Amino acid sequence: MADEVKKEAPANFKVTIDNITIEVTPGTTILNAARQIGGDVTPPAMCYYSKLQGSGGKCRTCLVEVAAGSAADPRPMPKLVASCRTNVMDGMVVKNITSEKVTDARNGVVEFLLINHPLDCPICDQAGECDLQDLSYEHGKEGTRYEFKRRTFEKEDIGPYIQLHMTRCILCYRCTYVADQLTDQRVHGILDRGDHAEISTYISKAIDNDFSGNMIDVCPVGALTDKTFRFKNRVWFTRPVDAHRDCPTCCGKVTLWQRGDEVLRVTARKDEWGEVQSYDGKPGWICNACRFDKKKTSDWVIEGPTAINRHSVISQGHYEGLQKPKETIAEIMGGRDPKLLMDIHSISDVNKVALSELPGPATSKTFENGK
Amino acid sequence: MGRKLLLDKAHIENIRLYDVYRREGGYRSVEKALKTMSPDAVTEEVKKSGLRGRGGAGFPTGMKWGFLAKPQGVPRYLVVNADESEPGTFKDRYLMEFLPHLLIEGMITSAYALGSSRAYIYIRGEYDWIVDILEQAIGEAKKNGWLGKNILGSGFDCEIYIQRGAGAYICGEETALLESLEGKRGNPRIKPPFPAVKGLWDCPTVVNNVETIAAVVPIINEGGEEYAKIGIGKSTGTKLISACGNIKKQGVYEIDMTISVEEFIYSDEYCGGIANGRKLKACIPGGSSVPILPANLLLKTAKGEARMMTYESLADGGFATGSMMGSGGFIVLDDSQCVVRHTYTLARFYRHESCGQCSPCREGTGWMEKILLNIENGKGKKSGIDLLWDIQRKIEGNTICPLGDAAAWPVAAAIRHFRDEFEWHVENPEDCLRRNYGLAGYADPLTPPKGELVPV
Repeated sequence: MADEVKKEAPANFKVTIDNITIEVTPGTTILNAARQIGGDVTPPAMCYYSKLQGSGGKCRTCLVEVAAGSAADPRPMPKLVASCRTNVMDGMVVKNITSEKVTDARNGVVEFLLINHPLDCPICDQAGECDLQDLSYEHGKEGTRYEFKRRTFEKEDIGPYIQLHMTRCILCYRCTYVADQLTDQRVHGILDRGDHAEISTYISKAIDNDFSGNMIDVCPVGALTDKTFRFKNRVWFTRPVDAHRDCPTCCGKVTLWQRGDEVLRVTARKDEWGEVQSYDGKPGWICNACRFDKKKTSDWVIEGPTAINRHSVISQGHYEGLQKPKETIAEIMGGRDPKLLMDIHSISDVNKVALSELPGPATSKTFENGK
Repeated sequence: MGRKLLLDKAHIENIRLYDVYRREGGYRSVEKALKTMSPDAVTEEVKKSGLRGRGGAGFPTGMKWGFLAKPQGVPRYLVVNADESEPGTFKDRYLMEFLPHLLIEGMITSAYALGSSRAYIYIRGEYDWIVDILEQAIGEAKKNGWLGKNILGSGFDCEIYIQRGAGAYICGEETALLESLEGKRGNPRIKPPFPAVKGLWDCPTVVNNVETIAAVVPIINEGGEEYAKIGIGKSTGTKLISACGNIKKQGVYEIDMTISVEEFIYSDEYCGGIANGRKLKACIPGGSSVPILPANLLLKTAKGEARMMTYESLADGGFATGSMMGSGGFIVLDDSQCVVRHTYTLARFYRHESCGQCSPCREGTGWMEKILLNIENGKGKKSGIDLLWDIQRKIEGNTICPLGDAAAWPVAAAIRHFRDEFEWHVENPEDCLRRNYGLAGYADPLTPPKGELVPV
């Protein structure tokens, strides 16, 4: 399919996502088209990572409904599709948050992701910047229907820099793509299959290749965390500042996470989708030396505070450079106001009927069209 | 007596050896195709025959071959899926064990039609003795000039390679099979691209079931139109059914898709009726992943017509009152069987065989298994049955490959048709450990012959 698209003239494709129409270049996936619109219409992505080739399609949180396949063939697609791995066609109509099927399926996926998750956020270093937390906040239920013992794994030491918590892993495979595409050799992978599949190194080999630290940045949950930052602080107590240094192996552009003048952690800079930022089209992965060894402010040229999304818990610590998220709800609703839970006046005739003047008890008929 | 096209010579002694096979008219289809037909004519013949994929989905084979991309200078591959691991299905095993040359003959003809000079047999790891049989047959075929360079002077080269799987059910899914064949972890690929465009080593590939490829031989020998005359409607030709469970005569039967389910179960030519004088309770007509049907819906459709052994008739009524032909693994359950236990066994299988790549299947299959085990052991709750229904609903259709659907359907069908049995398990936690629910509302529509009835 993808090949056929590329051969055609590079005219732009029109795609409508949740009633918002946008023109994108052929070969764009639905997810990336939705990201170009931004705001609420963007499906969440736990496994897809635009800078890692081959990623995506696994977590099923980005499922969307295709209401019309293309202008040429306007039939709807029979199943929900993974938006991160489905390319747009000209005239495609996609429903994301306006589709009940999608909301239902996404709630299901979140429930599946959480049934075996330890929910140890209070002691997890990822808490505060965890994609799974955000996802469950948005789509999860308040309680669980799972009544069984949660899955556990034997502890595995995978090296001096990275801490592995297999119980938190959602098997997005991002870290294996990092190891394949960034480091000189992949020494870890997925062992076993099904619900006992786990990330592990081959016979307890340590992961210490250069650039392997980027696995921490791509991990959507707290499965892979920075050993040098382990239990040092909560991220919302630290202050992120952009900094750079002249690094011979990487771009050297990082975010320093400080408490006072102390640098507690170094990460790559993230964009609004939680992915590593690109510079001139190249992803700004950082090397292990920058990440793990340069923990003094004197190592870095500090540029200023990092822009943090206003919705993030991290933004509570400082008030500079906040980013207001894009609001799209009015467009999605087609000009209608969203139906608010408390505001029943616009949709109900209750207030127009004088109940005391009725001869008997009020019935549903009383309220029909204000009669 | 139904017509047999695949197994008609299976009874001949030493038919697995080349000399006997050739003497009985083997490799005629290769001669006919390579000497008198163009590759497109062979494909056309398969299209005319109406042959449908015998692996489970029932997709028209000719159409599948027609989809194969044919870019210049890129090799094309034929892969035979012999990773038969569905519980209840053992037809390919029989075919390969007794008629290895039939498969090889079909492969050469098919490879000629598809223009692929390398064909692979991906065989289930547990079938280790069949690998030896096939290797021997390939050796014989090669020695006699049916494989190798310039076969029969037609300029067509073909080599067949066998690859053993390592015992994963998921590798029977075509894209997982290709990954495994490439030497990687057998995770299903995300489609599109489909194998017909980007398959094995990113080259156009056709993946077909063993029986499908074997059926090409009679199609070429007799002509597609002749083949299409057998059967009813779009269910043409003959189908191998591996019958097992509580029947008198388990085994692989070749049916010509004109008989009714009732005839298949009760006639002496086929299953010979329910064993030990018991009564028919339920049946899974197409391998473990298709919906289970209670006796009343199995023999008659919801419209009251007799259910036939065809793709259409078995699927009549959709999943609400029908099932699927699937791979032809015909599992019969009598009134001594417990549907809850049976469903649990299947859920355990799918939990074990899930590849763990996508979340609904990885987490959902294990969850269903645990709930079913509780209900089976009398520790279940009524809300658990509704929860099961909700879980299967959220798995179905939301996974990368059909294994998620295959895990969800049996649970859905069991709850749909046997909900009272599940509820009985919940309400009688101690009773359910000692005895089974029995036949209950799914009365055997057939009265068993007098004198054979054994008290329950």
